[in-house]
Amino acid sequence: MGASSVLNVAAPHPMAASEAIRPFRIHVAEKALVDMRRRINETRWPDREAVADESQGVQLAAIQQIARYWGTEYDWRKIEARLNALPQFITEIDGLDIHFIHIRSKHSNALPLIVTHGWPGSVIEQLKIIDPLTNPTAHGGTAADAFHLVIPSIPGYGFSARPTTGGWETGRTARAWVVLMKRLGYTRFAAQGGDLGGGVVTAMGKQAPPELLGIHTNFPATVPLDIAKALQAGHPPPADLAADEKRAYEQLTILFAKKRAYAALMATRPQTLYGLADSPVGLASWLLDHGDGYGQPAAAIMSAVLGRTINGHPADGLTRDDVLDDITLYWLTNTAVSSARFYWENKLNLYNFADVSVPAAVSVFPGENYPAPRSWTERAYHKLIYFNEVMKGGHYAAWEQPQLFSAELRAAFRSLRQAT
Amino acid sequence: MSRPAGFEFSNPDRRQLLGTAMGIAAASLLSVHPALAAATDAVRPFRIRFPEAELMDLRTRLAATIWPDKETVADDSQGVPLAVMQELARYWQKDYDWRKIETRLNALPQFITEIDGLDIHFIHVSSKHENALPLIVTHGWPGSIIEQLKIIDPLTNPTAHGGSASDAFHVVIPSMPGYGFSAKPTTTGWDPERIARAWVVLMKRLGYAQFVAQGGDWGGVVANVMAQQAPPELLGIHVNFPETIPPEIGMALQAGGPPPAGLAPDEKRAFEQLVAQRTKHLAYTLEMGTRPQTLYAMADSPVGLAAWLLDHGDNYAQPAAAITSAVLGRTVNGHSAGAVTRDDVLDNVTLYWLTNTAVSSARLYWENKRRLLSAVNVSIPAAVTVFPGEIYQAPRSWTERAYHNLIYFNEAGQGGHFAAWEQPELFSAELRAAFKSLRS
Repeated sequence: MGASSVLNVAAPHPMAASEAIRPFRIHVAEKALVDMRRRINETRWPDREAVADESQGVQLAAIQQIARYWGTEYDWRKIEARLNALPQFITEIDGLDIHFIHIRSKHSNALPLIVTHGWPGSVIEQLKIIDPLTNPTAHGGTAADAFHLVIPSIPGYGFSARPTTGGWETGRTARAWVVLMKRLGYTRFAAQGGDLGGGVVTAMGKQAPPELLGIHTNFPATVPLDIAKALQAGHPPPADLAADEKRAYEQLTILFAKKRAYAALMATRPQTLYGLADSPVGLASWLLDHGDGYGQPAAAIMSAVLGRTINGHPADGLTRDDVLDDITLYWLTNTAVSSARFYWENKLNLYNFADVSVPAAVSVFPGENYPAPRSWTERAYHKLIYFNEVMKGGHYAAWEQPQLFSAELRAAFRSLRQAT
Repeated sequence: MSRPAGFEFSNPDRRQLLGTAMGIAAASLLSVHPALAAATDAVRPFRIRFPEAELMDLRTRLAATIWPDKETVADDSQGVPLAVMQELARYWQKDYDWRKIETRLNALPQFITEIDGLDIHFIHVSSKHENALPLIVTHGWPGSIIEQLKIIDPLTNPTAHGGSASDAFHVVIPSMPGYGFSAKPTTTGWDPERIARAWVVLMKRLGYAQFVAQGGDWGGVVANVMAQQAPPELLGIHVNFPETIPPEIGMALQAGGPPPAGLAPDEKRAFEQLVAQRTKHLAYTLEMGTRPQTLYAMADSPVGLAAWLLDHGDNYAQPAAAITSAVLGRTVNGHSAGAVTRDDVLDNVTLYWLTNTAVSSARLYWENKRRLLSAVNVSIPAAVTVFPGEIYQAPRSWTERAYHNLIYFNEAGQGGHFAAWEQPELFSAELRAAFKSLRS
């Protein structure tokens, strides 16, 4: 009962030319929704955690509260309608069907931009930045700030096909994105991403195809190699670090020591996660947790689903329905395991020294996994055209702070427009 | 929404008090004490019987499994392959019979007693030989008392298994807190140190003033901790999970460099095994060590639980290889299943399922504060058997540094991480040889 049987894909018959761009609409069969609700309502629960906080994982009362809403009131058809109101397409690249949203600005000089989501995200993370970026005059910007926007689903995620053979790592995805943009007629474009999407844009930056004007990332890979070595060895911060470097070092120490198990598991044994394909609640807790308790990056997500601000990290633009839309998308497309495989495939260290020479812009959001110091960022991105420490927002910056995020992209790419 | 696993408690004393029709859920059962509650150190007989509805529900869930796609590789390098899980699930749903192991367990003297506020389940088989040496044997994860069933007769009744009366043991096999039929801790603190102390209470409560302890995997850790605590009643330990990594080797492993210069060949081999383990085989322990509660899927999906317990994060190499060989019915990568059968493996997985202990068992990793496999500092008599399929082959040189009074060291010819399960006769022979000097 995979996605293929539950999704009624309203796409025209594939054309002879494998480069065809086929319109795409989503319609999940009602029986798939009924089955999901039945499973949620028949969940077999473990005991309550043995602690009074979230230090052992997502708390039983929290996940039960989410499950109650998800199994009774939540309405998938709303997000389905929102997605179907957008121009969605599928095209085959490198043997794989790639799903994407494509919105052209009415402003003819708009800058083409491809924005890539991460894990446990999807195209749903980016829905709120579409209008600010493509239609800036309605959001406090000028016509000169406009973007033509392409938002693809990573292979194995959402409505893109799930690879059946190995090899779809960040580098191959990066090359596919260049093919996609060129196929859409964009000969010069910029790229943006956070989380694994940050890994993809870093790979694009390293590949430096001539069409790529520059990149922006909210997940910069800046850790110098000597620092990475010290971190791996578990050493205390080197004595000569500046204050912001020391802070980054300490956050990375905690991250690698306590918050990376889910990533390590998906990078080594993704197939063993059968339970995530079979249990909606198991999938939801896995996607919600992100291995960091109520610290960032999961804090904004938890604030949204619980309806209260956790540890000072507000949900802001994020709602409970947003989060459940994303989780339900993973469930209905049965992509828990295929999305996890991206970690297994990935050969790029997402944190270490990017060594990128194309023009690069970086926004550091305060709730990100680690606050990249400017010094490290300048070493990793040799042509840093923009660097800003944003006042609010976390790991899901586009989802949490869509206006702020959009303003960052306008500022970040301004100099590249002038250059063209 | 919750459908807690249940089983009936068959205790003659309670029956008179509470009536025979009591079918009580595990949670309420294990937290409620019989009318003899005044004496909290009472040792109460215990029998297992899960309601048929629980077994029906398991089969229903298996039949309704939603499967992910097939792995994108031709081997097991992404985890348990889909075809393996599907074949196992088919057998589990249609042909597997839980009642067989239930009967086997109920044929053994099983008990529950409260220690340190928690109900502890154990099997207790006394030898007919009166000079038998009392021995407590502790299982690990993803194991249970089912791992030890095949060594009970060889150890308690050695004359039927090529041994002599002087080789006999009185055997106590407890379920660790949060595992099997022991209660699940509702508060923190049940780490290996506390379990080790509870085991001494248990043995003394059973009337054993002098005894030995044995363990592998987490059970090995518990035995090592008991030895470090060195209560006067503990004559010595045997482990098939020696913790021997010297500090300087531990630092080199952490730093991720090549083997330090000057290692002997067996030390270099151990170093390389540990590097592979740490980089590729440890993610499941990290997850359970940091976020055990998040594993809701393992409580809700039998196939999810089975894959999690089978995989052990190590491909078809040891320690999971013997288990995989048993499940597939053929020898994987040269690692024989030994005595382990597919039903053995499913008995153990089903025990985790029916007792709903996936999360409570995972919490032991969270509770643990020790650096596992790092050299212990044990001064009481200790015996070590190194099985060739273990996570690493502890070199004698490292073992002697960690165990200052090493009374026995042997490299067994066959067997892996689940040594008692895989090679019960060999394992029993090791225990006889290991403890011989402590008897005389």
